[in-house]
Amino acid sequence: MHPAIQGLLTIAFGVGGCVGYFYLSNIILDTLIFPARGKEIARNIRRANMVRPWLFLFPALLALGLYLAYPVVETIRLSLTERLPGGGSQFVGLANYKQMLGEPKFWEALQNNFLWLLVVPAASTAFGLLAAQLTDRLAWGNIAKSLIFMPMAISFVGAAVIWKLVYDARPPGTEQIGVLNAIYIWLGGIEPQQWLTIPFWNNFFLMMVLVWIQTGFAMVILSAALRGIPEETVEAAIVDGAGPFQIFFRIKVPQIIGTIVVVWTTITIVVLKVFDIVFAMTNGQWQTQVLANYMYDKLFVARDWGVGSASAMMIMLLVLPILVWNVYNARREMR
Amino acid sequence: MNAIAGQKPSLIWALRISVIVLVGLWLFPTLGLLVSSFRTGDQIATSGWWKALFPTEQNLTLRTAEPDAQVQEGDLWVIEGNLFEEGSKAKISAWGTNAREIDANGPGDTAELRDGSVLTVEEDGAYRLQSAEEMSGRRGPRVFATAVVPPEFTVENYETILISGGSTDNLARAFFNTLTVTIPATIIPILIAAFAAYALAWMEFPGRALLIATIVGLLVVPLQLALIPLLKFHNEIGIGKGYLGVWMAHTGFGLPLAIYLLRNYMIGIPRDIIENARVDGATDFQIFVRIILPLSFPALASFAIFQFLWTWNDLLVAMVFLIDATGETTVMTKQIVELLGTRGGNWEILATSAFVSIAVPLGVFFAMQKYLVRGLLAGSVK
Repeated sequence: MHPAIQGLLTIAFGVGGCVGYFYLSNIILDTLIFPARGKEIARNIRRANMVRPWLFLFPALLALGLYLAYPVVETIRLSLTERLPGGGSQFVGLANYKQMLGEPKFWEALQNNFLWLLVVPAASTAFGLLAAQLTDRLAWGNIAKSLIFMPMAISFVGAAVIWKLVYDARPPGTEQIGVLNAIYIWLGGIEPQQWLTIPFWNNFFLMMVLVWIQTGFAMVILSAALRGIPEETVEAAIVDGAGPFQIFFRIKVPQIIGTIVVVWTTITIVVLKVFDIVFAMTNGQWQTQVLANYMYDKLFVARDWGVGSASAMMIMLLVLPILVWNVYNARREMR
Repeated sequence: MNAIAGQKPSLIWALRISVIVLVGLWLFPTLGLLVSSFRTGDQIATSGWWKALFPTEQNLTLRTAEPDAQVQEGDLWVIEGNLFEEGSKAKISAWGTNAREIDANGPGDTAELRDGSVLTVEEDGAYRLQSAEEMSGRRGPRVFATAVVPPEFTVENYETILISGGSTDNLARAFFNTLTVTIPATIIPILIAAFAAYALAWMEFPGRALLIATIVGLLVVPLQLALIPLLKFHNEIGIGKGYLGVWMAHTGFGLPLAIYLLRNYMIGIPRDIIENARVDGATDFQIFVRIILPLSFPALASFAIFQFLWTWNDLLVAMVFLIDATGETTVMTKQIVELLGTRGGNWEILATSAFVSIAVPLGVFFAMQKYLVRGLLAGSVK
């Protein structure tokens, strides 16, 4: 069957199935199980209303349970087992973790991940805040914002190609077609640099790609927050003789600090999962490995599910504090 | 800042210039890709794309026509023609017939070649090569020209990528595969999530707060954790790698955000509307379909955009759940990564493929930016 037809059929089945499920289950509940008539009408309606939320929730809970909750548990289990050659598996305790901790590539990935965690959220938030503040009262600010926001729609792979062109190097003496090398030569550099192969610094060239993408996100959120600042606080500061920088750092930033934290943590999550950029640009060579790519290597190249799952748990462990913090905030807000 | 900046015009200008610089910096890399996709491989390899917009002086190696084209004029053998392709507006400022002296002659000059023939080259590339004896050999003599070449663009690359290219260069199939992944994976979660979001927003039941907290938690669970367990699960129930698997995976991974966004939006719908409908005897199902769903359109649209961008741009989920060893079902992101590996130097192919793959999301982005921004504002955990 042609995939396009299969796709259309799936849409029809999926949408039809969902609508049919919700519609029919409601009818069955209201007319067959707890009919709203007869002697027990009040009790039946009450009962039906107790069951109905679960009818509405059932498909979502099923999908969430199967595709997100179960894998977490299963990954924990897999990280503690070893696949046996003839099929089946064997409990090995923490051996996978031990093996992982013994690999230099893992430490390199962890170290780089921490570097990413330090640099990318900070740089994206700072650039985003700068862009939000600068464009705030400009007549054409919205166009400027929209252009800075644009990389958000570009895939990590597309961005990788875009930036590989920026970092491109041609042999010495020939015309440079990568803009970075062209500037480098113009400034008096002699040897064109293979930017992505210079250990340690190449991490920053990869990070730049993510900063470029995430700045727009930070800018949009922070710009809305800046708009939400009460005018009076700014006016009062002006009356008191505050300069623009004082107003920005002493009046505006403290009032949106909550939003800054949200932006920071959201980008942190993105950083922890970053895979495509490294996979497409260096694939972890020249000491640019990160955890997500290390995990992919282990799972699908080395086919070592035990160590792969252990490194996935490592990512989960790093995400966990933010997860707890988000849940805590969401609960506090609901009260 | 009006009041403050208004006092100092210099500050306003500093502000404007810094915004222009910032926008320029952010736009520059993408612009490079766009411009490069309209240049030939030679052009890309010999000059930076930023020079493509202006006439450039280039050192070219050209050839006259092969000796087969010679005609006899009296006792002379002559080849006439133009060094450039038809329609070229390039202007030669200097030329030579020896690689060590490429600027030996000016336009209109005549030079003697080693075999005794003489060559005249005009500024526009027209040449006349004449010899007393019949010329032989397979190719015409080389001419090294320094020429000012006006900007030249071509859609050839797009033709290669979309229509005529061989299997690795042709992106048409991957384009349709991507589309096939994206559309069901965008539509199906919306419906499932909308019902769940309504229940979480407007129905009272024990455990609701706990469920909402769980969904907030699941929002950030890295999908890396799900890869192996789900691949195992798909193999066990017999769907293996394929579209069904990738649709289901995207649905599952998209649900927390969908439910969270939609619930946040639905809870803002005025209570009166819903209670009036209840008093009038509407059931929850009717309220949902007739009132909530139409009113939630902006939130549905923002989630649809998110999910569309995410599934279109995804690489990892497609590699794990969709693309099998035959590569029949490859998606654009995957094919581009492969091109990066195999044709790393062929920028005309790479740039054009990348631009084809980002054109659709960019279109969606500019058309529906309003909803995207609204979704972002509602979706970042406060």
